[in-house]
Amino acid sequence: MDFINGLITFLNFVAVPATAYGAQLALGALGVTMVYGILRFSNFAHGDTMAFGTMATILTTWGLQSLGVSLGPLPTALLALPVGIVAAIALVLATDRVVYRFYRRQRVVPVMLVIVSMGVMFVYNGLTRFAIGPDDRNFDDGTRFLISAGEFRRWTGLDEGLAIRSSQAITLATAIVVVAALFWFLNRTRTGKSMRAFSDNEDLALLSGISPERVVAITWIIVAALATVAGTLYGLDKSFQPFTYFQLLLPIFAAAIVGGLGSPLGAIAGGFVIAYSEVMITYAWKKVLGYWLPERFEPDNLVQLLSTDYKFAVSFAILVIVLLFRPTGLFRGKSV
Amino acid sequence: MSEPHRGRPDGGRAITGSGRSAAESRPPTPSRGASADAVLIGDAMTGGYGRGADILHECTISVDAGEIAVIVGPNGAGKSTAMKAVFGMLDLRQGAVRLKGEDITALKPQERVAKGMAFVPQTANVFTSLTVEENLEMGAFLRRDDIRRTMEQVYDLFPILRDKRRQPAGELSGGQRQQVAVGRALMTEPEVLMLDEPTAGVSPIVMDELFDRIIEVARTGISILMVEQNARQALSIADTGFVLVQGANAFTGTGKELLADPDVRKSFLGG
Repeated sequence: MDFINGLITFLNFVAVPATAYGAQLALGALGVTMVYGILRFSNFAHGDTMAFGTMATILTTWGLQSLGVSLGPLPTALLALPVGIVAAIALVLATDRVVYRFYRRQRVVPVMLVIVSMGVMFVYNGLTRFAIGPDDRNFDDGTRFLISAGEFRRWTGLDEGLAIRSSQAITLATAIVVVAALFWFLNRTRTGKSMRAFSDNEDLALLSGISPERVVAITWIIVAALATVAGTLYGLDKSFQPFTYFQLLLPIFAAAIVGGLGSPLGAIAGGFVIAYSEVMITYAWKKVLGYWLPERFEPDNLVQLLSTDYKFAVSFAILVIVLLFRPTGLFRGKSV
Repeated sequence: MSEPHRGRPDGGRAITGSGRSAAESRPPTPSRGASADAVLIGDAMTGGYGRGADILHECTISVDAGEIAVIVGPNGAGKSTAMKAVFGMLDLRQGAVRLKGEDITALKPQERVAKGMAFVPQTANVFTSLTVEENLEMGAFLRRDDIRRTMEQVYDLFPILRDKRRQPAGELSGGQRQQVAVGRALMTEPEVLMLDEPTAGVSPIVMDELFDRIIEVARTGISILMVEQNARQALSIADTGFVLVQGANAFTGTGKELLADPDVRKSFLGG
């Protein structure tokens, strides 16, 4: 019985939150990896693209709420999501037109585009704060729990409870649908294949008559959609604050690089690797180990490897280790 | 192809049965010799990469309908450059490129693909992460009609590709990759197929097979223009051969003539 109680504690405090967080990181990393694969630079503005899309979603959510529209048990934000996606698409396409295309025509080296994307990042950041303010916003208005700890205890008769918040379930379900759609698009459609071809060998893609501008535009559209979905899911699960989204850049990049830049499958795997590492290293294992270990080995401290304040150190450490020992990542992406 | 071409008047040497020479040379005209009915001609091309020095000096390359033209010459002679110039991958300072009589000098490579030219680069000529079938599909990207028939033809030409069609092209051997590369180029149903050293880095056995396939492609009516390192073998299947030296035409003639010519033999074929 102790073992099961320990397992439930583990699921409740580690597996469930890490899975939801991993799905959010995976969606974010997919966007980063696609920009890297097609446009060949690390997009530092990605976190703030997420913030902008989420902001547009939140503003629309508020509008819908004031009109009395609601999805019942589901958060209204899901209804507002398409509007947020369209807003983010408009923003990145406009940015590409005004900023990136200029540098692309000059055929500048990738590092210059990275710096350019930093400038874009600051502008996006300002836009978002200007529109919604720097404060924390909670916009989840659906049912809070799919399964609450109390209910779980009552059903199973166990000492420990397993709570699954609806935002976590929605995150996972949405991520699965989005990823399936993305992979179907990339592997089955003519346009998707042309994007992979362009990413693989730009010169040969040109010789085959694939239009670079079209591929780039479609990439931005997909990236903006992924960023908005990832940002909204993260906001629903935790809360929305522009600065947090900027900070998310590090675990997202770590996820993309761990998986192998340019590899969509790698981005997903990387997202979960980073999320699980972060949660497991900052979790206080005392309770779980108390259940699992024989009584005399029971730890008397928290068994927390790192305080949660240092959670970004985890992604950073993983990033450094991967770059040192396997720069192409788990799925043999491009070396950075 | 019956009448041998004359080489460029300046520095070029005519190889003909009677050994005519400079006496008959005329200033370059747009349609000399058999080039008049050439499907594709790069006429008196002069140019180089970017703003650098000229690599080609009034170099003329042409191919007739359904025939095989081969560009040979020593290292650094500008063979690949001449090929790229014909395909529009570098700017010409002088000269013109004509496809079926139409001046295409100003067109970009992609536009030339749409006009019926296909190019197989020497390196990085397949999408390594895409499957063989996807490579072929990408070759036909510009086509909106049913490509399955063309794909079947490619598979008939290179049966090994049919077996490997679900495999990423990057996992194939060098010779198989070249087949994918040629197959990809054939998917646009081009009139002219341009190959830049298709046998570079493959074993002699594979090379013979590739040459056989290239002859087969030519028999279907597709004109072939290729650059080759293996001059002797290439000339033996060529209807026309262009020997380039330092970016200019040195010798021009049918493959047989060039192989038989003592000067060509001495300087390029090792006696």
